[in-house]
Amino acid sequence: MDMVVNATSLGRSGLYDWLIQRASALVLLAYAVCILGSLLFTQDLDYASWRAQFGAPAMQIFSLIALLSLCAHAWIGIWTVTTDYLNEAHLGRAGTAIRLFTQGVCALLTLIYLLWGVRIFWGG
Amino acid sequence: MLVSIYRYNPEQDSKPAMQNIEVDVPADRDLMVLDVLELAKAKDPSISYRRSCREGVCGSDGMNINGVNGLACITPVSRAAGPGRKLVLRPLPGLPVIRDLVVDLTQFYRQFEKVKPWLINDETPPAIERLQSPEEREKLDGLYECILCACCSTSCPSFWWNPEKFIGPAGLLQAYRFLADSRDTATAERLSELDDPFSVFRCRGIMNCVSVCPKGLNPTRAIGHIRSMLLRQGT
Repeated sequence: MDMVVNATSLGRSGLYDWLIQRASALVLLAYAVCILGSLLFTQDLDYASWRAQFGAPAMQIFSLIALLSLCAHAWIGIWTVTTDYLNEAHLGRAGTAIRLFTQGVCALLTLIYLLWGVRIFWGG
Repeated sequence: MLVSIYRYNPEQDSKPAMQNIEVDVPADRDLMVLDVLELAKAKDPSISYRRSCREGVCGSDGMNINGVNGLACITPVSRAAGPGRKLVLRPLPGLPVIRDLVVDLTQFYRQFEKVKPWLINDETPPAIERLQSPEEREKLDGLYECILCACCSTSCPSFWWNPEKFIGPAGLLQAYRFLADSRDTATAERLSELDDPFSVFRCRGIMNCVSVCPKGLNPTRAIGHIRSMLLRQGT
């Protein structure tokens, strides 16, 4: 069988990417429910109480896990879309260059958002 | 009735065009799409298409009928177009057109070949035959009946976008047919060849394959079984 090479996929294995995509979706669902719950049930929600909630160690850890999940989830999705549509069949000979450039920009953005998020949640 | 047929001869035409042909059909009975196509060909013998058994067994006349892939020989006109409506016939989508309704199935067959669609067994063959229990044999139902008409794979966007990397529903149905076979001893090797991000995992489960299969088979379910087997082996 032809070897299908995937230098830019997250795990370089279909099963790994598929598992990460599903696991990260579950984490994001749990995080969304958690945030929604705190929005609905916190009495007198203001900046101080909001800040106190996110400053709690458990919430800091949960937020970081959610952030990592978001980045992994986004990368797998973007990688899939770019390999579907940004290729030589659709774009001609420039396809590979356009795909690599787009993937590079998205990877850089993902990394920036990740580090920025860490600064916000853990920066004190 | 009015029939609109996709016409394209790459050696002469710069681009494809639809040709309208008025065909006289009997009012008292329902014809199959292939019958109408034969009547149209009687009027214009230059129309090209594949057909053979005319009863849904050989899989030659897969085409896009009013937007839905199917076998012309077993699709009633009443179901395809409805009363008073135009019948629109196009080649199976996504593959190179050789002429009119005839497509080049090379990519489709290449993906089929990749899954090694034959029994692999490295044990010494018994004197008479390799036996299966009725339960083991039952697992192959819904898998072995595929006639390779290509209706499913050519209705799948993942196959349109990656026809050289994604095996497609027809090939994956056959991959599972041999993964599920109790007599096959190459299960681990077969699975390890499917673990990349394209071969199986480009399936997004939209089930176009299930809705068009003229034999009523379910490639999406087979793909789910392959995923479960990969999960069991890979974690």
